[in-house]
Amino acid sequence: MGGERLKIILSLTPPLLIIFTLFFGGIFYGFLQSLGYQPAIGKYEINFSAYYNVMFSERYAKLFWTGLGLNLWVSFASTFLAAVFALFGALAIRKTFFAKTICNFIYSLNLPMPHLVVAVGIIFVFSQSGLLARLASQIGLIGSPGDFPVLVKDKYGLGIILAYIWKEAAFFFIILMSVLQSLGENFEELAQSLGANRWQRFRYVILPLVMPNLFSASIIVFAFSFGAYEVPALLGVIYPQMLPVMAFEFFLNPDLNARSEGMALSIIIAIIVMILVVFYFWLTQAKIRKD
Amino acid sequence: MNNNLKKINIYAIYLGAIILILPLIAFFINAFSFRWFYPQVIPKELSLQAWVRLKLIPKPGQRSFEGFIELWASNPTVIKALLNSLSIGFLVTIVSIIIALPAARVLGLLNFRFKKLIIFIMVSPTILPPIAFVLGLNINFISWGFSGNYFGVCLVHLVPIMPYVVLTMTGIFANYNPDFEHQARTLGANKTRTFLLITLPAIAPGMVVAALFAFLVSWSQYLLTFLIGAGKVMTLPLLVFSTASSGNPALTAAISIIFIFPAILILFFTSKFVSGESGATSGFGKI
Repeated sequence: MGGERLKIILSLTPPLLIIFTLFFGGIFYGFLQSLGYQPAIGKYEINFSAYYNVMFSERYAKLFWTGLGLNLWVSFASTFLAAVFALFGALAIRKTFFAKTICNFIYSLNLPMPHLVVAVGIIFVFSQSGLLARLASQIGLIGSPGDFPVLVKDKYGLGIILAYIWKEAAFFFIILMSVLQSLGENFEELAQSLGANRWQRFRYVILPLVMPNLFSASIIVFAFSFGAYEVPALLGVIYPQMLPVMAFEFFLNPDLNARSEGMALSIIIAIIVMILVVFYFWLTQAKIRKD
Repeated sequence: MNNNLKKINIYAIYLGAIILILPLIAFFINAFSFRWFYPQVIPKELSLQAWVRLKLIPKPGQRSFEGFIELWASNPTVIKALLNSLSIGFLVTIVSIIIALPAARVLGLLNFRFKKLIIFIMVSPTILPPIAFVLGLNINFISWGFSGNYFGVCLVHLVPIMPYVVLTMTGIFANYNPDFEHQARTLGANKTRTFLLITLPAIAPGMVVAALFAFLVSWSQYLLTFLIGAGKVMTLPLLVFSTASSGNPALTAAISIIFIFPAILILFFTSKFVSGESGATSGFGKI
């Protein structure tokens, strides 16, 4: 028994060591710095003034609250829309038709694509001189590039949302396809023989069956888009600015006092996402217990 | 009626596929046409100028075998970044598998106290955003001397990869029957032989998938490399980002094509393993 315990401890130590020193260590040190503890510039006192400055000072309050609003808007909109598109795609693609394998491959193509590349692709397609604008001008819808709506680097975060939809729809799609495959069509046929129409079959049969997986995938996507840097950095504007970009820019500020504010921001992002993690973990555990 | 609906359904799928593939088309047009002015949809002439400027293809007239070798031997930025990305990816993948193997075995096969807590701790880096730990870690790394070098970048890449490799392989071991090992041992095989002939073949397919995705996670890492590498370790995502910010579409597209090539290759080879059931898929959300 003692030997087994030693084996467990020895096996688990290396990965836990990495996660504790690098990940939790990083968060802890960032938290200390956000409290104003910066030995490098001779500051040892501990207070919450960085948090206060970020959220309520005249200088940053507007930037922070608009940023938080933008964060919530972008994450909610992109998660919801990506899930909806993927759901309809997955439901439609189950039937056999010409070139199904190719379509399937294209629908999962964005899965391994780095977010950075998807963001660049969105610029190429949706900017005012992008592929869509050219197509629109070719069929006479618009004249000069200025006539095309601003969809990239816009203040509503539309370009960012588009990039996340592109990328995460593939993620939802794969998850939904496997759920639908494992369910088969028996439930639907049963409902149909009982007289349920298309809408009823979707609303009362399919949706409740895919909902648990759809929901846990949504938490992952929401948490990711809430804290990711690359996409809003490439596709966003200076004001309003998403929180991860704002945190990063505070951090790179030559003024070392701004560093505490940057750390405070990253801790705030982490806390919001942490609430989601706990929720997600509770959800998956509940699911495992049920199984 | 029903037939019409079916047709609309199928056309909608085709339309969706075309929309999804538009960025990829735009990448190729941009990369192979240097002067693609608005409002042309199809460029007037094809050009390799972007590739010449990136020093990946020699100037016209020097496009012989020797010309290519000479050009690539001059160590252009893209090749340097490509080699860095590849070597960091390989190294980190191998190290993470070696570290994860015993842990995943224990987590998959045994039951013990605090197991749920340990899994929870392992999962947390896959969900919490990198920016939450990397800003603080950056300052620690500077004082430890890991900042701005290759070793530090490899170390920080382990954070997003480690939990994910451990979890995927835990899933493999949860469906693994260790009785075969006992049989091999009673028949006289030593520990190494048992591992090589019994354990490894059983877990190999899952391990390969975990390794490919671990590589992909490292391959697409921007923020961690940028902050810990402090601009001294150049990788492909850093190059894509800086070129995209400076706004030359042809150069950006050419580098991006090199950058996405392994991703598409990996999807192609693993598509039959990729399903919502496997833990591997959730890793995709982080790339």
